[in-house]
Amino acid sequence: MKFKTFAAFVGPSVFMMLLFIAAPLVSVFIQSFQVTQPILEQIEVETCTPGFVTQTCTTEIKTVPVLDDSGKTVTETRWVGLQSYRNVLQMEKFWSAVGNGDWNAIMQIDFWKALRFTLSFTLLTLPLVIGVGLAIALAVNNATRAIRGPIIFISLLPFIITPVIGSLSIYWLFVGDGILTAMLERWSGTNISMFAQAWTIELLMYFYRVWHVAPFAFVIFYAGLQTVNMDTLESAVIDGASRWERLRHVIVPHLMPLIIFIALIHLMDCYRVFEEIVGFRSQAHVISLQWLTYDFMTPDDAGNRAISRASASAMLTMVGIVFLLILPLRRTWRDHKGSAH
Amino acid sequence: MSTPKAMQQSFALRFSSGAFLAFWCLLAAFPIFWIAVMSFKSPVDAFADSPWDVILGPATRANGDGLSLLDIVVGLVVLYFAIRWAFTRLPGLVRQYCPPGLLVLGWVFGAIAYALAFVLIFFGLLPLVLGALNSILGPLGAPVLGLTTDHYVAVWGENEFYRNFLNSMLVTAGVVTISLTVGTLAGYGLARSGSDLAFWLLILALVFRALPHSVLVAGYLPVFINSSEILRPIFGDGAPTLYGQPWAVIAVLVSINQPFTIWMLRSFFQNIPAELDEAARVDGCSHFQAFRRVIMPVMWPGVITTGLFSFLLGYNDFLVTSLLLDAQNQTMVPAIAGYFNRETTTTDQVEAVAAAVSITAPLFLLVMVFQRQIVSGLTAGAVKG
Repeated sequence: MKFKTFAAFVGPSVFMMLLFIAAPLVSVFIQSFQVTQPILEQIEVETCTPGFVTQTCTTEIKTVPVLDDSGKTVTETRWVGLQSYRNVLQMEKFWSAVGNGDWNAIMQIDFWKALRFTLSFTLLTLPLVIGVGLAIALAVNNATRAIRGPIIFISLLPFIITPVIGSLSIYWLFVGDGILTAMLERWSGTNISMFAQAWTIELLMYFYRVWHVAPFAFVIFYAGLQTVNMDTLESAVIDGASRWERLRHVIVPHLMPLIIFIALIHLMDCYRVFEEIVGFRSQAHVISLQWLTYDFMTPDDAGNRAISRASASAMLTMVGIVFLLILPLRRTWRDHKGSAH
Repeated sequence: MSTPKAMQQSFALRFSSGAFLAFWCLLAAFPIFWIAVMSFKSPVDAFADSPWDVILGPATRANGDGLSLLDIVVGLVVLYFAIRWAFTRLPGLVRQYCPPGLLVLGWVFGAIAYALAFVLIFFGLLPLVLGALNSILGPLGAPVLGLTTDHYVAVWGENEFYRNFLNSMLVTAGVVTISLTVGTLAGYGLARSGSDLAFWLLILALVFRALPHSVLVAGYLPVFINSSEILRPIFGDGAPTLYGQPWAVIAVLVSINQPFTIWMLRSFFQNIPAELDEAARVDGCSHFQAFRRVIMPVMWPGVITTGLFSFLLGYNDFLVTSLLLDAQNQTMVPAIAGYFNRETTTTDQVEAVAAAVSITAPLFLLVMVFQRQIVSGLTAGAVKG
């Protein structure tokens, strides 16, 4: 294919990605060093109230935003260097807390709290998703052919459901004295409220994510299981390998590329954990990096959006993505070079 | 094919694997099933702490809303015949009355007409007839299962959820059509070109796929809010404010979706032998003609699958739509967050549940109809690449 034809085919897509993905990245990078604020000026205001004989007049100095001809506030954009990053990271608080060895004090700072949750969320759910997905795939592969279709249908439901709704549906089972909380209370005999402390909410979030993503892992593993080499399995049986050894030494190595694929996709998606925070309404206890940026961007009570802080936290989130992608990208690069020569 | 004796499994193993599957199915379906049940009960029942109260709904029944045995039996019979008819007669009717070239359109039209007729009969005609019958029958007609549709009426009527529904449809329809148009072109180009440039574009798309969406929205937000001032030098006074415009959100979602779309479509295009377009080229087609007349007709399964995933992205999105759309153009998923803020009474909570079920229902139908395509789409990227 000639370059010109190739460009004609790929052009629209590349143009959209550059305009709406690459350009915003650059502008976020620039914004994170800037602050846009309304220009304020101090004016003397004389207010007079009618009094006996003479009016009582007081003058005071007020700070008001400067308005332009059309009545809009005039804003100015200043370069502030790393100020926004400092506001987000709060390094001096962080270091003093580290100096004291005070873990709770670190967790008081939003950014570190969000980072802690995002990382533990990503790393804890990964083995669970792969394990549960593989278990379902093996069990379905074992089942009679006739019931496989309905089982796949039911399994797809948690995967396809809107993430916010999915987490809400689990939230509603536990909220207040919802049926599952009531059941736990009857078992344990103590009063339980699932949404009053951070760790129970976190447990529910881990559960939700595994519930939501395991079907995806299952479908892919199931497809992979169909291509397992029967001859190898049979020779393993002849060599006296037990069922467990066959799984360990024949099936898992066969599925290894798929496991890596799922792990990569899962790391990318989990790192952006966000909908759970909305669905479980956990802002007060547990937040994630993406939620932090979202929170800076939603207008506060006065209608202001903290764009520069949002940009700074967005750029800090990006650092994690770079770490996440270094390994797979190096691998692909090596494969590509290997195939070229 | 009979399994060799050595590969046969012990009873214990088969039993435990079956039990595990049953447990998983219960786990997978239960939350969704449960919110569907909750949405039909009065608030006292919906948040009752005994599961039986939620299912049977005594408080709802006490209010006089409920189904009698007769209702349940007749309802199930009608449902059974409606579903049977949809699978046996509907395809024939569609084929008969539809011009052969427009079969897809015919199906869309047929499905809408069928849904309308079903709603009219099931929710309009049936309650009238059964209401009269119940009052005659006495004890047989007394309600046994508490059930009320009040919350759905409140959500769709008073709270004007249909506006959000229409916005959601507009956004998802836009996302699917534009994503597919742009994506198939790019996917084809990438699949047929072995150059380094194509490789780097794919890697770049992979990097873009990993970006958190909030990072991108942080870039759009200031520009979109001030866009009328920024664009004024180009468009004059008619320059639009992009913030709150559905088509701006469509463009954003399409771009966010592009990396995924082109990867998936590329893997589908690679399955189509290159000899096919070479043959067309020998016959004198240009690259574009070969794409349009030879490749696209055999690409429909891949396009439908990718379209499904684009649909899910547009339909399920919360972050982008909640930040870039204002209240009157809000789509369904962010609109449900509005219920949290004024969630003061339990009635509001159950209305939120009803809204959630309303959002889930189309997805449920989608899995039912397109299960095969969804599975093939999930495995397309993984197993081959």
